[in-house]
Amino acid sequence: MSVLVLAEHTQGNFKKKTFEAVQYASAIAQQIGTDTTAVVLGSVDNNILAQLGGYGAQKVLHIADARLDNLNARAYAKALAAAAEKENAKVIVASHDVTGKAVAPRLSARLKAGMIAGAISHPDLSKGFIVRKAVFAGKAFADVNVTSDMKVVTLMPNTFPVQKSEGTATVEALDVAFEEKDFGVQVKEVNKVTGAVPLAEAELVVSGGRGLKGPENWHVLESLADVFGAALACSRPVADSHWRPHHEHVGQTGGTIRPNLYVAVGISGAIQHLAGVNGSKTIVVINKDPEAPFFKAADYGVVGDALEILPKFTAAVKKYKESQH
Amino acid sequence: MKILVCISQVPDTTTKIAFSDNNTKFNTSGITMIINPYDEWYALVRALELKESGAATAVHLVTVGKADAEPVIRKALALGGDEAIRIDAESSDPYVVAAEIAGYAKNENYDLVLCGKESIDYNNGVMGAMLAELLDMDYIGFATKLDIANGTATISREIEGGEEVNAASLPLVVSCQKGMAEARIPNMRGIMAARTKPLKVVPATNVAALSEIVSYDLPPAKTGVKMFDAENMDALVQALHNEAKVI
Ligand SMILES: Cc1cc2nc3c(=O)[nH]c(=O)nc-3n(C[C@H](O)[C@H](O)[C@H](O)COP(=O)(O)OP(=O)(O)OC[C@H]3O[C@@H](n4cnc5c(N)ncnc54)[C@H](O)[C@@H]3O)c2cc1C
Ligand SMILES: Nc1ncnc2c1ncn2[C@@H]1O[C@H](COP(=O)(O)O)[C@@H](O)[C@H]1O
Repeated sequence: MSVLVLAEHTQGNFKKKTFEAVQYASAIAQQIGTDTTAVVLGSVDNNILAQLGGYGAQKVLHIADARLDNLNARAYAKALAAAAEKENAKVIVASHDVTGKAVAPRLSARLKAGMIAGAISHPDLSKGFIVRKAVFAGKAFADVNVTSDMKVVTLMPNTFPVQKSEGTATVEALDVAFEEKDFGVQVKEVNKVTGAVPLAEAELVVSGGRGLKGPENWHVLESLADVFGAALACSRPVADSHWRPHHEHVGQTGGTIRPNLYVAVGISGAIQHLAGVNGSKTIVVINKDPEAPFFKAADYGVVGDALEILPKFTAAVKKYKESQH
Repeated sequence: MKILVCISQVPDTTTKIAFSDNNTKFNTSGITMIINPYDEWYALVRALELKESGAATAVHLVTVGKADAEPVIRKALALGGDEAIRIDAESSDPYVVAAEIAGYAKNENYDLVLCGKESIDYNNGVMGAMLAELLDMDYIGFATKLDIANGTATISREIEGGEEVNAASLPLVVSCQKGMAEARIPNMRGIMAARTKPLKVVPATNVAALSEIVSYDLPPAKTGVKMFDAENMDALVQALHNEAKVI
């Protein structure tokens, strides 16, 4: 018996959300008294694979087939199902991200394993296998009991702090007999946003709305994001007016993010906007209107003209950062 | 080419969420139900465009739900589509939804199944991939563009930290998001036509649920915003460091 976790990598390296998923899987394994096996798909070096031991994996199963370097839901699900069978897995964990949302449900349907999509708690095993998740765009929570024998859980990234431990993992190769149809989807072109922190993974996010008046003012927001090391986001009208690229748009129709800090500048705080950001741990709102609805959802607020406040805020963050060195 | 579009009904976004029966049931009284925005604006409209351009011959809509789901599927028919199917089952477990749709679709030879990237009530984002597995089809999630030519689909989709262009042959399940199409508003002709379009009710096959919601709860109210003077940004930075501990 074991708990299995899909350990995603980006071009051969693990990111924080993968360590978080492995650590989460390992916590469940301890709850039910078993071991954690991480499954890695595609090309990753052995010394990198071994890092997963530091987050609670006892074993790493590596399916090195280079065709797995790109996300392919069918092949990934088949690979994980093979690993689950080999390890006699009872619980399978993945991150609740684009990859997890393509693979975990396939696995769930394939194995008749009930699924929690976007877990934000450890399971409560006292009355079943009950896990909490956000529903109604963050306006409420639901406790969901998985009633099947096998379980699939996707963990909402940035839910638990990640801590490295002393543990080590053994690395084992696994061969899976793929068929041609498993790779029916072909990748023609990949456009990765390079350099900048991807918005969905960012711990700090600085976001602008129509209150910034136009794209020519965005450099003020960019300066603040730079000193924070934050990713940029925006409200929908900003993306619709082409002031900013569409992938930065957050809210009901855009991305959903849960950073540690969300700084909203010149955004009114419409419910459709809040739907994408209300999972943020701390919210700072800067708005010239003291009645802006966003202040009701905020932890910290500043009333005034964004273009005057932002340079001062940026200077204060810079000063703080320098004092840390 | 026959397209099936999966439509779920959800409470209007501006709804105040409340629960009843000791927090075990979502309180639907006084709530307006709408078509899940991703299903309506992106999946359905793209399907209609494909039919208008001649790439598709038929667009069917399917919803899994009890009789209370009918007004919403009729609303979807008013935007377009040839017929609707309601599978008469409870829709609280995503596996049940996928298994019921798969049970119906497997004999209907759909070439393309479109769904939304996520339903805005339970925020799972998983039904499409489950359905693809049960129908033994390929699945592409979070698609932002979809074109079909000579039985091959060309699809742009979101991946971790970027975008990818894929080619896949039909049949195929695709979950749709922003970029796919522009929202449409139903017109009077569509609304009139929807009244006479077939709405087939299919009995549930009683697939066993694999999960159940045991209780709900509302997030604690924010304790109130702490205001800072624009001239004292150092104090805000200190609060972010000492109190919120985010920097
Ligand atoms: C079905 C549906 C889905 C939607 N989905 C989304 C979504 O996903 N994401 C989203 O963001 N929106 C979405 N919207 C739109 C949403 O309802 C709001 O219209 C939108 O969020 C408003 O954007 P905004 O706050 O940037 O602009 P506004 O509402 O115009 O607000 C601008 C704010 O800036 C302030 N301001 C003005 N000048 C200054 C200044 N100099 N300094 C500081 N503050 C200033 C104003 O006081 C105001 O509060 C959706 C709407 C619908 C109907
Ligand atoms: N009850 C339902 N009936 C038909 N389609 C559904 C139903 N629930 C979800 N879907 C489809 O599956 C997509 C993803 O839903 P979910 O996995 O519930 O977030 C939605 O956008 C719909 O297209």
